[in-house]
Amino acid sequence: MRIKVDAEKCEGHSRCYSLAPELVDVDDLGNAFELNDGEVPAGLEDKARLIVDNCPEFAITIEE
Amino acid sequence: MTDTTDTHSDPAAEAVAASIPERCPVTDLATDYDMFDPDYLRDPFSAWAELRDTCPIAHTERYGGSWLPTRYDDLQAMAKMVPILSSKSPIVIDMPEALAKDDATGYNAASPISADPPEQSWTRRALLPHFTPKGIAEDRSYTERLCNELIDGFVDEGGCDAAVDYAQQIPPRVIAKKLGVDDGMVDEFIEWVRGVLELGLQQPELRAKYRDIIRSFFAAEVADRRVNPKDDLITALCQTEHEGEPLPDEVVVGMCNLQLVAGIDTTWSSIGSALWHFAGHGDDRRRMADADDGLWDTAIEELLRFYAPVTMARNAMEDVEYGGVTFREGDKILMNFPGANHDPDHFEDAHEVHLDRQRNRHVAFGIGIHRCAGSNLARMEMQVALKTWFERIPEFTLSDPDAVTWAGGQVRGPRIMPVTFG
Ligand code: HEM
Ligand code: SF4
Repeated sequence: MRIKVDAEKCEGHSRCYSLAPELVDVDDLGNAFELNDGEVPAGLEDKARLIVDNCPEFAITIEE
Repeated sequence: MTDTTDTHSDPAAEAVAASIPERCPVTDLATDYDMFDPDYLRDPFSAWAELRDTCPIAHTERYGGSWLPTRYDDLQAMAKMVPILSSKSPIVIDMPEALAKDDATGYNAASPISADPPEQSWTRRALLPHFTPKGIAEDRSYTERLCNELIDGFVDEGGCDAAVDYAQQIPPRVIAKKLGVDDGMVDEFIEWVRGVLELGLQQPELRAKYRDIIRSFFAAEVADRRVNPKDDLITALCQTEHEGEPLPDEVVVGMCNLQLVAGIDTTWSSIGSALWHFAGHGDDRRRMADADDGLWDTAIEELLRFYAPVTMARNAMEDVEYGGVTFREGDKILMNFPGANHDPDHFEDAHEVHLDRQRNRHVAFGIGIHRCAGSNLARMEMQVALKTWFERIPEFTLSDPDAVTWAGGQVRGPRIMPVTFG
């Protein structure tokens, strides 16, 4: 499973980073980017879905 | 510290209420909603529910006229209609011409909140690094100490006013410390901010007075930092450059003004509403007494969703059709983020508080380019304020539910809230 943060849509709410610092980090302006090229480590699939469901900008998508 | 614990009164608010002519009753929400109606302040939820089904973008002639959207999808779409829906005057009621000043609207006033791109973009960029999760990390230990000290002051009394003695005391000190201004002036900051954002909304002279006080206060601070740089945020903003030039003084003054105003009333309203919820809902309160970090995280997001305090305004720059209505040039549109958070199309059991809600795309901090720049700081303050309270005072109830008063219009939250411990 891979996640993708759409930089155009992300406005830096940081919900993803609070919920899953294993999957994303935020830059100096608070905008999110994927760790490990977006590859979701085994066992963290639910967390990936959780951050998708909590991004108010609909900026994160999952590619199975 | 103001002591209203015994009196349960709010003289400043009572004086303003007494000076306002009696309001005529609302007969039709869709064409005549009243954002200051005491019933609406106490319970806006049922009004939004009715409007969402019957007239999802309502209109009123009151207070100079405004539009009120209540559906989540509309708020999402309208937040992106930039710059046709401009932020140049984001307060819900405009100042009368005579009291308006060049520095009171537009990007000098309170950037980035009162600006559109491009000024919004570079003023926001100057602020953001100071408010990322890492940028606010060192504010946490100060906030923890502060919350404990406040509780020390009343824990043996058997009760307190949780709005006045606690919620209201935290954000002004945290932002004062960050900006680098005298935190001994907290009572003044509270008075000023209520003056511009709460009591002054229906009293333009009061609002203009406090606007001018805040501006001259920060003008002096900025002038001082230009010659005496310190290790604080005002200095950092003074040293920030845009296109090779330092940010102009008026812009830095406006940005400091915004941080004081946006950082105080909002966060104390959220802390206050959360405590109000727990004081009146024993099951939820007892659940938090031994909550883990995961439950704290979802609980705070859920309380932010349900009791979202902030409504901002936009100004139509030309005639524009949207969702079956026409905003005319100059019309005011209320960005009803709190209403969007109660839309059943996006939130299961939207009218219920579920402390462990897993899917929560709430928009309490706004959406799009103006997303609250202080959201990480605000979330940290809520966490620390509530966790510390629960560690020290796990059992508490409203002493007199009818004594609770609510402010609203721009920022909704409890202003008088006596609670009894144990
Ligand atoms: C729970 C507390 C808070 C809530 C609910 C809240 C809510 C909001 C909302 C809804 C907006 C969007 C305005 C718009 O769309 O026009 C906003 C903007 C802003 N907030 Fe907050 N806020 C809170 C606390 C804070 C704090 C502590 C600060 C710290 C300084 C702050 C600073 C700002 C700034 C600078 C903006 C303007 C961003 C821009 O226009 O680019 N807020 N806030
Ligand atoms: S939650 Fe969404 S908008 Fe916020 S930082 Fe993450 S991706 Fe960006």
